[in-house]
Amino acid sequence: MGKNTINSSVPISPSTPKSNKIATKQGAEVFIDVLRNEGIETMFGYPGGVVLPLFDALYKSPINFILSRHEQGATHMADAYARVTGKVGVVLVTSGPGACNTVTGLATASMDSIPLVVFTGQVKTHLIGNDAFQEADTTGITRPITKHNCIVKDPRDLARIMHEAFHIARTGRPGPVVVDLPLDVSTAQAPLSNSGAEIDLPGYRVRTEGHLRQIKRAAEAINESTRPVFYAGGGVIQANASEELRAVVQKANVPITTTLLGLGCFDENDPKSLEMLGMHGTAYANFAVQQCDLLVAIGARFDDRITGDVKCFAPHARIIHIDIDPASISKSVKVDIPVVGDARLILRELINYIEPSPRQEWFAQIDKWKKLYPLTYDNSSDKIKPQYIIEEVCRQTQGKAIVCTGVGQHQMWTAQFYKFSRPRHFASSGGLGTMGYGFPAAIGAQIACPNEVVIDFDGDSSFSMTLNELPTAVEYELPVKVCIMNNGYMGMVRQWQELFYGKRYSKSYLQHPSFARVAEAFGAIGITVTKKEEVPSVIEKMLQAKQCCVVDFHIEREENVWPMVAAGKGLDEMSGLPTGTSERV
Amino acid sequence: MKHTISVLVQNQPGVLAHVAGMFAARGFNIDSLAVGRTEDPTLSRMTIVVLGDEATLEQVRKQLGKIVPVVKIYDFTGQNLVQRDLMLIKVAALPEKRPEIQSIIDMFRAKVVDIGPKFIMVEVTGPEQKIEAFIDMCRPYGVKDVVRTGMIAMPRHPKGSG
Repeated sequence: MGKNTINSSVPISPSTPKSNKIATKQGAEVFIDVLRNEGIETMFGYPGGVVLPLFDALYKSPINFILSRHEQGATHMADAYARVTGKVGVVLVTSGPGACNTVTGLATASMDSIPLVVFTGQVKTHLIGNDAFQEADTTGITRPITKHNCIVKDPRDLARIMHEAFHIARTGRPGPVVVDLPLDVSTAQAPLSNSGAEIDLPGYRVRTEGHLRQIKRAAEAINESTRPVFYAGGGVIQANASEELRAVVQKANVPITTTLLGLGCFDENDPKSLEMLGMHGTAYANFAVQQCDLLVAIGARFDDRITGDVKCFAPHARIIHIDIDPASISKSVKVDIPVVGDARLILRELINYIEPSPRQEWFAQIDKWKKLYPLTYDNSSDKIKPQYIIEEVCRQTQGKAIVCTGVGQHQMWTAQFYKFSRPRHFASSGGLGTMGYGFPAAIGAQIACPNEVVIDFDGDSSFSMTLNELPTAVEYELPVKVCIMNNGYMGMVRQWQELFYGKRYSKSYLQHPSFARVAEAFGAIGITVTKKEEVPSVIEKMLQAKQCCVVDFHIEREENVWPMVAAGKGLDEMSGLPTGTSERV
Repeated sequence: MKHTISVLVQNQPGVLAHVAGMFAARGFNIDSLAVGRTEDPTLSRMTIVVLGDEATLEQVRKQLGKIVPVVKIYDFTGQNLVQRDLMLIKVAALPEKRPEIQSIIDMFRAKVVDIGPKFIMVEVTGPEQKIEAFIDMCRPYGVKDVVRTGMIAMPRHPKGSG
């Protein structure tokens, strides 16, 4: 990449005064240069009127541009690309409806802190605010759902604003950034990129190193604790801190639970793993948190799906919170020892002050909970159980696939029954809970990792929202595997209607086409499975497919996700435990 | 409880909307918000009076900090401040009442800035209590219209330091 120096072979625009020595290029060319300087090799998006000059510049560029069928799909693809690689996902869409179609994808990325830069075209600067064709107040609409957004009104700001966008997206607590590009700015002459040296953000400072005194206090608290629990979230994966986390957990000898977004940051097959906690987490994770005397939160934000009723969350615990975002600390739950900074740097320092401790009684208690309350389901019926499908796929992929999901019951079963062992192998919409995320996410993940197996565990209702991206998977020859847990319902909605609304299934069932025939019409492989004994062989066939393969599993229609912490209940007030009763232990 | 915070922001379009939008989204209550330029043309200063308890104020500070064009936040809670609000107030003032009203104006060191046959317009500057007191004094005569800038503030020179 290297520094971008003034290229003497680039002609200076004839309109530049002779005394002005600043070299310029057409804005669209500067756009490409900045992308190249930022190391961008892949982009997602969809063209339109006001971005024609940008697409024209892209025509000659070696950047791998993935054309989706809808801008929402493109945004989710870029999001998953970012989750599995750690790089910034980049999107280019047009103004008005194009930009508006990215809103759901932006909000999804914003809630899960995913680094994206979304370039939206805009009408010419003198037409802004005039209700022009395909005009929308993109910066106004996306302000609450982006980490930052900006409109480039002056070509002289173009390179600087673009570099700033990448910097903001990927540093600190990552997040999506929108850059609005008016048509006349991309056709005007603009100064060349200075490879980011021109960034000017006096209000944006990222603190990465934790305060040593706080780190020592945290270590002291850990060493003194008899019943500690580590609670790790998506931030550990964002910080690429899984190795450091594993080292601290093993040295300190502490059990660890993860959030949905933290799945994979610690090997779930390790005996210290409590797997996922929260509303549909394991009983042993939830009991451990409610009984612990010290809770060490790392890169997690005490989301309401995790805490249950906040008033009775972790009642006996002192709380340590390691996070890069000071605004997350003591936002919902009061924190005793905050450590603000990058998780990786902090854990690397923390380990020096950690002393191991046997904690036999605590681990014995946890083992007891694991034996009494394992995750179970009744596989004796002849109906296909979704948990069985997930377990079988996990077995056949050795737990090594990249897994994406939509939102709902299937998402929770995936989190429970697919055993994650490595970071950046799970992409799921946690904070926003966006149905339809799964399939475009799988496309983005497959683009990012062409040699890995990518599975989308999806629901029939979730998949229906974005199945229009099937042509994208087929056109780019992506061997994405989709397992639809088809129960003919919006499963999670139905479960709540069963439990809390007297089984009044109001608008939660849908009539579906044959997903297999739909897939085939789009050029993918489509398989329907109605018999339980076909499951292992179909999965084998699916895994061997060299092109996009959609398997429509007709599963047990009214299976519920257990255990469950109902709204307003404490984490230890779970229903659906194997003993059949809810318990306070 | 009212807290005064002074926020230095980059002088860019959309920053005010961003701050106001954040307050709305997070459910924080703004009592007043005044914004203007500083001696540095690239920076503006916002003086915001927030209603809420300590925990709310801490979240306000932290969420403001996340907004990229926000450069620095000064929390003036508990500090000795010079506080000023500027008000223009139109008071009903028939000729026979004018001497009384004039004496009130003098007592408050306010200024008459416009006169009509039935109304006078008065400019009043001062801390919040003074502004509120002036409005109260004018009520018996009839207050026609009031416009205020909202509070601006600056910390006093700390006692004892050089």
